[in-house]
Amino acid sequence: MIPAPFQYFAPKTVNEAIGLLQQHGDDAKLLAGGHSLLPALKLRLAQPAVLIDISRVAELKSITSEGDRLVIGAGATYREIATNEAVRSGCLVLAECVGQIGDIQVRNRGTIGGSLAHADPAADLPAVVLALGATINVMGPNGARSIAADDMFVAMMTTAISPGEVMTSVTFPILGKGEGAAYAKLRQPASRYAIVGVAAYVKLDGGTVAACRIGVTGAGAVAVRQPAAEAALVGTSGDDAAVAAAANAAGDGIDYLGDIHASAEYRQAMVKVYTRRALTEALRRARA
Amino acid sequence: MATITVTVNGKSYTSEVEPRTLLVHYLREHLNLTGTHIGCDTSQCGACVVLVDGVSVKSCTMLAVQADGANVLTIEGLAQNGQLHPLQEGFWECHGLQCGYCTPGMIMAAYDLLQQNPEPTDEEVRHGLEGNLCRCTGYHNIVRAVQYAAAKMRSEEVPA
Ligand SMILES: Cc1cc2nc3c(=O)[nH]c(=O)nc-3n(C[C@H](O)[C@H](O)[C@H](O)COP(=O)(O)OP(=O)(O)OC[C@H]3O[C@@H](n4cnc5c(N)ncnc54)[C@H](O)[C@@H]3O)c2cc1C
Ligand code: FES
Ligand code: FES
Repeated sequence: MIPAPFQYFAPKTVNEAIGLLQQHGDDAKLLAGGHSLLPALKLRLAQPAVLIDISRVAELKSITSEGDRLVIGAGATYREIATNEAVRSGCLVLAECVGQIGDIQVRNRGTIGGSLAHADPAADLPAVVLALGATINVMGPNGARSIAADDMFVAMMTTAISPGEVMTSVTFPILGKGEGAAYAKLRQPASRYAIVGVAAYVKLDGGTVAACRIGVTGAGAVAVRQPAAEAALVGTSGDDAAVAAAANAAGDGIDYLGDIHASAEYRQAMVKVYTRRALTEALRRARA
Repeated sequence: MATITVTVNGKSYTSEVEPRTLLVHYLREHLNLTGTHIGCDTSQCGACVVLVDGVSVKSCTMLAVQADGANVLTIEGLAQNGQLHPLQEGFWECHGLQCGYCTPGMIMAAYDLLQQNPEPTDEEVRHGLEGNLCRCTGYHNIVRAVQYAAAKMRSEEVPA
């Protein structure tokens, strides 16, 4: 199928893209890797009158480390992130997460900015962004601002980014000694989207869990943290019993989805299973 | 309309296209390169895979205007001087196809896979071709065909 006609612009800078968004308002949509938007245009689920293709904006593509942070340009593809040495050594869980999204061709085109702005309930990255406490940096007509991960995902396919804004980058922590993170996913075997995906971050102080963050995607309409499970683990030694107790506390506050791939009850059960797996691996890495 | 210049299989083309033209339709209908197939409407089958600036993409999920200035390689560009590419030879020798509908996409995806990983395990080949569906072969001979090509491209003896 062929998309409905649209006007096409390919700005070279973020400022140009913002100007075009201002000029065309609600009629316009940004195009990045196109791996959510183009399928929707082909099926005519979306028919924007104007497409602003930001895939040629060079400043959106950079991946840099700044002190104890990694700054990933919104236009970096999954393949560029997964194979980047600074990402692999400083934030392996991010490389691993994007390295198993979809298939090679999806990873060659899909971008971190597109995934987070689209906020598909089954997308992988929101879980990792929540668990690592990443920051989403956006630019709009009123300048730049940052959105904390916890404020980013508002509802199904709805984020805290305003219509006139462009996501420019995402800031992740570089994990140090005593810190560990992991992502565990139940994949839908055909599309490889997450039926349930759980990302866990832990920080050890001596033999005690000093901090824990858990992000869940796929299970419900919107990706969420798991405060009860996090609280259950903090202050413990992180042994098997503590992990089991924390996993058992996971699953609250999720508006569960049920579909042909998995019922709501199954997703609820799997949140606990995958929380245990993600925590176990995150703790193993924190101790290594 | 937009004017684009694209190099396809080493030859430069300048064309007028509607912005909504998908790369796959540009290749098939403007350039008459019908070796690249369309197997779905949902970006899932991989029949349309070509290389754009060296990496494999689903040409049904990219606009022709997005390929302006790019270097595209399609199945038609693989054979050199009448000599099949090792991947084409592998699919031939190992019966890696039945109806052949998925084959151009399989080969172009395998091309990208082998440039990332010249010595894959069978498991890695299967994993690397996740984006390509085949409704005939059961995949087994496709994996053999890719291993045949991998060995040949490493200048080793091809597996039996
Ligand atoms: C076959 C297939 C399998 C897939 N499997 C998975 C999977 O396993 N896991 C997974 O997580 N995803 C999967 N995806 C989705 C894929 O990750 C998409 O690439 C991603 O969701 C969107 O990123 P994009 O760069 O392609 O964005 P686009 O499709 O170009 O854009 C998506 C939306 O984001 C907006 N947008 C894009 N960039 C910005 C920006 N910088 N600022 C503000 N808004 C922006 C666009 O306007 C649009 O609304 C799959 C897709 C396909 C086709
Ligand atoms: S035609 Fe099916 S993925 Fe392109
Ligand atoms: S050979 Fe028929 S679809 Fe693969």
